[in-house]
Amino acid sequence: MENTKTTCLHSRHIGLGAQMTPFGGFDMPIQYSGIVEEHQAVRNECGVFDVSHMGEVNISGPDAERYVNHIFTNDVRGISEGKILYGMMCNPEGGVVDDLLVYKRGDNNFFLVINAANIDKDMEWIEKNAAGYDIEINPLSNDLSQLAVQGPSSEEVMEQVLGITCRDLEFYTFKEEELDGAHILVSRTGYTGEDGFEIYAGHDTICNMWDALMESGRALPCGLGCRDTLRFEVGLPLYGDELSETISPIEAGLGIFVKLDKPEFIGREALARQKEEGAPRKLVGLELDDRAIPRHGYEVVTDDGETVGYVTTGYRGISVDKSIAAALVDTAHAAKGNRLNIRIRRKTFPATVTVKKFYKKSYKKN
Amino acid sequence: MIYYSPSHEYARIEGNIAYIGISDYAQKALGNVVYVDMPEQGDDVTAGEEFGAVESVKAASDLFSPVSGAVININEALIDNPRLINDDAMANWIITVEMTDPSELEGLMDEEAYKAHCAAEKH
Repeated sequence: MENTKTTCLHSRHIGLGAQMTPFGGFDMPIQYSGIVEEHQAVRNECGVFDVSHMGEVNISGPDAERYVNHIFTNDVRGISEGKILYGMMCNPEGGVVDDLLVYKRGDNNFFLVINAANIDKDMEWIEKNAAGYDIEINPLSNDLSQLAVQGPSSEEVMEQVLGITCRDLEFYTFKEEELDGAHILVSRTGYTGEDGFEIYAGHDTICNMWDALMESGRALPCGLGCRDTLRFEVGLPLYGDELSETISPIEAGLGIFVKLDKPEFIGREALARQKEEGAPRKLVGLELDDRAIPRHGYEVVTDDGETVGYVTTGYRGISVDKSIAAALVDTAHAAKGNRLNIRIRRKTFPATVTVKKFYKKSYKKN
Repeated sequence: MIYYSPSHEYARIEGNIAYIGISDYAQKALGNVVYVDMPEQGDDVTAGEEFGAVESVKAASDLFSPVSGAVININEALIDNPRLINDDAMANWIITVEMTDPSELEGLMDEEAYKAHCAAEKH
C-alpha cells in the first residue's frame, strides 16, 4: 500500500464506513451501504461518486487541434466550444492506449480526461508523440478533484443543493464558471447510463460540495462497485476489461468513435485494415440460461469444447434480473442468437449471444 | 454442536450428519448473495477442499468443506432465493453431509475460538 494514492475525500469515505479497495493506484471506496442499494439509487434517484482518481491534462497552443486529432480516434475538427467527444488513443497496431473524453475549451485549447490507472503511461505517450507540434501540455491530475452526480434527479440536486444551474446544459457539453470564488468545470456526462453530471474543481471546492450533498441527503454516496454494474448493464466499456493495448476499438464494437475519414491519426492504417477485412474477434453480450455468474477471464467454449473467447465482464444483473456477460469471442461464433457455453468452475453453462447493451440508457437528449 | 472452519464455513452436527453453511460473519462480509453454486446429491466432499461457491454482486468466494463425506441434501430454496443466506446464514445451511470421519471435527473451532478468529481477521 506504500505507493497507493488517496483522493481529497478519503477520510470522508472512511468516516462513512466505506469498504475500500485499491483501484488504478488509488485507495477507493467500493461500496458504502451496498452495491445493490447504490445501483438502484442511481437508476431511480441520485447518487454521487468520488471520481477524483481520474486523470486530467490540458493541451493548448497553435497546433493543439491538429495534435489532438493526431493522437485521438474521434474528430475534433469543426466541433464547437463547450462540446465533448469520446474516443481512444490508439497505438500503431490499433490497440488502445486509453479511452478518454476530450473537452473543447476554445480554439486550440482542449481538456482531456483519462483513466487513473493509465495516467503515467498516457502522459508519456502524449509527450512522446508531441514532437513537431507547437503545443503546451499541462498535467492537471494532481490539482483537480472530480465528482459524478448521476441519476434521474441529478439535475435538481445540482441546482438545488450545489447551486449550479444545469437545465440548459446539453448531453456531452460542458461549461466553466466561478462558484463562490472557485473555478469549476461542469459537464453533462457520466458512466452509468443515466442522466448526470461530472464536476471538476480544486480539492477544497470538491470537499465542500461533497459535504453539502451528504448533508442534503439527496444524493446517496456510491462506490466503484455499482459504478461497474451500472456501466456494464448499458454496454459501456472499462479499460482493462473491454479495451486494452491488445483489444482494438473495432473489436470492442466502438467503431463509431473511430473516424477513418480523417487523413491521419496514430493507428489509422491498422484500424482501417481491420474494418475492411473484418476483425478476428468481436465483443458480444452473453445471456446465461442458468443463474450461475460469469466473471472476468472465464472461458467461452463451443458445444464441442473448443475455446473461442473469454468473458471480459460478468454479473448477476441488478436492473436486469439475469446472469449476463460481455465476452470477446472469435467472429465466427459472434452472431446474435448463437449458442455458446461459459466455463464456470467445474461445469459449463449454456448462453445465448445477444447485444452487449442489456439495459436501455436514459440520457437527457434534445 | 456447531463447529467453524478458518475459511468461515460452519458444520452443525446432528448425529452423523453435518449441516454445512457459511457463518453470519461471512455473509456480512460478502454482502448481497446472488448465487450459490452447490454440488449434487451423492457427490463426495473432502475436508479442506472446495465444494462450491457463494457469490455476491462483486465476487465469487469458494466454499471449503469442513468435513469429508457424501452429500445427502442440498438446500434447494437457495436456488431461487440465494439471499436467504443474508437473512439467516445459520438457519439456511447449504448442504448436508454424512460424515465418514467425525474425528475431523477436532481440527475445527468452537463458537468462542471462532469469534476470536473473526476479531483477529478484522485487524
